[in-house]
Amino acid sequence: MSQRQVLQVFEQYQRARTQFVQAVAELAARPQNIETLQSAGVMSLLRPLLLDVVPTIQQTAALALGRLANYNDDLAEAVVKGDILPQLVCSLSEQNRFYKKAAAFVLRAVGKHSPQLAQAIVQCGALEMLVICLEDFDPGVKEAASWALGYIARHNSELSQAVVDAGAVPLVVLCIQEPEIALKRIAASTLSDISKHSPELAQTVVDAGAIAHLAQMILNPDAKLKRQVLSALSQIAKHSVDLAELVVEAEIFPVVFTCLKDSDEYVKKNGATLIREIAKHTPELSQLIVNTGGVAAVIDCIGSCRGTVRLPGIMMLGYVAAHSENLSMAVIVSKGIPSLCACLIEEHEDHIKAAAAWALGQIGRHTPEHARAVAESNVLPTLLAMYTDIRSSEDLQIKTKKALKNILQKCTYLPALEPLLHDAPPNIMKHIVGQFSKVLPHDSKARRLFVTTGGLKKLQEIQAEPGSLLQEYINTINNCYPEEIVRYYSPGYSEILLERLENYHPVS
Amino acid sequence: MEGGSMAALARLQARLSGLREEYYRRNRSIDEDRKIEYKAAVKIQSWFRGCRVRAYLRHLNNMATFIQKWWRGYRSRRYFLKTVKTAYFIMKMNFYNEVAVRIQKRWRGYYVRKYIHNYYALKKYLEAVSMNNEFVRNELQQYTEMKENEEKRKDLEKKEKEKQYQARKMHYLLSTEQIAGIYNSPFRKSPDPMELLLRKSKPLSHKRQQMKSPFTSELYDWPTCRRPPIFSTAEPLPPIGRQKPQGPFRDTAEVLQQRYKPLEPTLRVAASINSPLEKAREEMKMEEWRNRVHDNEFLPFSSYHKNEKYDPSICRSGRYGQETYGIKHFREVQPKKWIAGKDFQTVSPSIVLFEKLGKTYSRTGQIV
Repeated sequence: MSQRQVLQVFEQYQRARTQFVQAVAELAARPQNIETLQSAGVMSLLRPLLLDVVPTIQQTAALALGRLANYNDDLAEAVVKGDILPQLVCSLSEQNRFYKKAAAFVLRAVGKHSPQLAQAIVQCGALEMLVICLEDFDPGVKEAASWALGYIARHNSELSQAVVDAGAVPLVVLCIQEPEIALKRIAASTLSDISKHSPELAQTVVDAGAIAHLAQMILNPDAKLKRQVLSALSQIAKHSVDLAELVVEAEIFPVVFTCLKDSDEYVKKNGATLIREIAKHTPELSQLIVNTGGVAAVIDCIGSCRGTVRLPGIMMLGYVAAHSENLSMAVIVSKGIPSLCACLIEEHEDHIKAAAAWALGQIGRHTPEHARAVAESNVLPTLLAMYTDIRSSEDLQIKTKKALKNILQKCTYLPALEPLLHDAPPNIMKHIVGQFSKVLPHDSKARRLFVTTGGLKKLQEIQAEPGSLLQEYINTINNCYPEEIVRYYSPGYSEILLERLENYHPVS
Repeated sequence: MEGGSMAALARLQARLSGLREEYYRRNRSIDEDRKIEYKAAVKIQSWFRGCRVRAYLRHLNNMATFIQKWWRGYRSRRYFLKTVKTAYFIMKMNFYNEVAVRIQKRWRGYYVRKYIHNYYALKKYLEAVSMNNEFVRNELQQYTEMKENEEKRKDLEKKEKEKQYQARKMHYLLSTEQIAGIYNSPFRKSPDPMELLLRKSKPLSHKRQQMKSPFTSELYDWPTCRRPPIFSTAEPLPPIGRQKPQGPFRDTAEVLQQRYKPLEPTLRVAASINSPLEKAREEMKMEEWRNRVHDNEFLPFSSYHKNEKYDPSICRSGRYGQETYGIKHFREVQPKKWIAGKDFQTVSPSIVLFEKLGKTYSRTGQIV
């Protein structure tokens, strides 16, 4: 036995380990293999390989573990229960960058499934190590660490607070300023995840000076980065007026409006969300957006896309219109109503329809002028149809009802109200008839039209409870007409006439 | 007198019986009438007293009525006056209120129309908003068009590059003088554009294409973790035992040492090319620069002596007045000893330069 033969044994063993771990890592990349791998007891085999003498094997083992944990939460739990995390965390600070990346990947894969698993990671003391990784020279390591932190912070405000307490925010803000696009994306997403839970967390992110850097990157050509940046800004702005004002002060208007024209759907959606989050706070902020032409941009955006991308834009219009009548008028002037009507008709999902109905209600509820603008677009029958449709969801019904009520209570545009008389349920009918009873006593032309279009006939057919508000309105309208006309249009008048004919005996 | 009275007495005594009778009769008649008289007197008195009391009462009543009349009159007059005043006041107040309402109405209408719900301002604002919207829409349209153009351009460039690469790859299809290539059909009038491209492009060299740095590609693919790991395959396994290569080679360490030995320049090469003099100058300059406190030379202020009072010197401030020497003349002049009225002619030749002073010159320097 020569020395060479002895060494060959070792080399073979090492090669075999390497092959095994690489094969497992590759197999774990495909979801259909995972069941088999799990039943073959891959966890218990990978764990010792994490402590292998050869760094390559360690890294590949960590990568395989990460992929397994990424697959579902059972496997992630198995990783936690197998006491693998403390090993990872301990070696995170000592190993080379490849290992760090792989380890951060495992932490991320475990932490993404549930708050409990993320909590388990936090309890291992992984946050401190990840924060140290954020200071690493290699951008890949930073990225991996930032991503893991983001996934941990995503779940709830306690975990997010833990991430903040570990001192991650300033380093993540530094990461945004790195030249690598991928790192910027991940860092922006992490900031978004951290700041989404509470105003305090958002304030922490703001205090680290994130807004200025985020605002600069709105014009970045990379669409994915833009998505994350806009999302982060909207998560910051959504909490309070002060934060929204800070975001506005970073001069994001009118730059953000270019995002609404982006080819990427998510950029559009996140841009609209950002504008919505700012507009919803105060009339002043809404006014600012209106003055910079934001409403037109949002309306164009609504018109140019389909599905859920529209939702934030629709809500933004609703919020702006809800603040004051002038702003509502601005929405009308910007031709917002036709696009909202288009949304109402085109969309298939109930929640988008509900949002459009709500926005229309907010636009039309201020003055008769506003209500007329809404009514002229012939949207009231559509709203009514949605309200009476059995298939529409409860939320949609409530929203349409409120919108109808808001608009009808202000509407004095009778031609739009006429068609509703024929198929409105009593609780809506009350408002319609109420509007007629307010207008008809003062408008002779309208009185005439009301008779000729058959409105009066319809009115007489309504079965109202005596003493109710509806009956009162009907009486008010009846009082505007001569008695004969009212009687002529009352149901059963022909029978009365016939009866009189029978009882009549000509005097001969 | 005594006699007289005695007689009278006698007469009286004579008459006594008659008198007594008469007295009795008289008394009797009086007694008889007394009751009637008394009653009559009472009646008269009671009537009179009644009259008097009634009159008094009537008087009192009259007086009370009078007082009451006046009092009531006074009170109701006062009440009336008050009522009238109130009514007047109310009327006035109503009027004032009406007027105030009218003023307030006007003012409020004016104020609201001017400042709060100014229709024209609103109209203007809405017009401005719609104009602004139009502007923003145009801008955004331009922006998208620009983006699209850029995208198209990029696509075109990419395709062009691809085409060029293909041309380089298929360069062997180029036609030669003798044999026409497949893109250069002799039955056509002009060759295919591909042929032209082939002519322009250079063939791919046989050198291997430069490998992408594994670091960057890995960095790019890493976060998705979808591709097989690259970092483990690129590195070979650490050598366990290495055989000595065959042949008369020198020791590796020796070769490496020779290859990476440090530079040892000669003295001439190592010395500076600047001369020592220059160096010394440089040194001195540096020294001077270092030692100076600041670069600007100190100059006295021009206004420093302005307020200073002139102190005359001892010889100028003598008790016997000033000497004229140094003020009016600098040389002793004794005109008495002068022989002629003008100065003597100087013997020494004049300085040429001074001769030219104050003259005009031609271009060439001659005195005109």
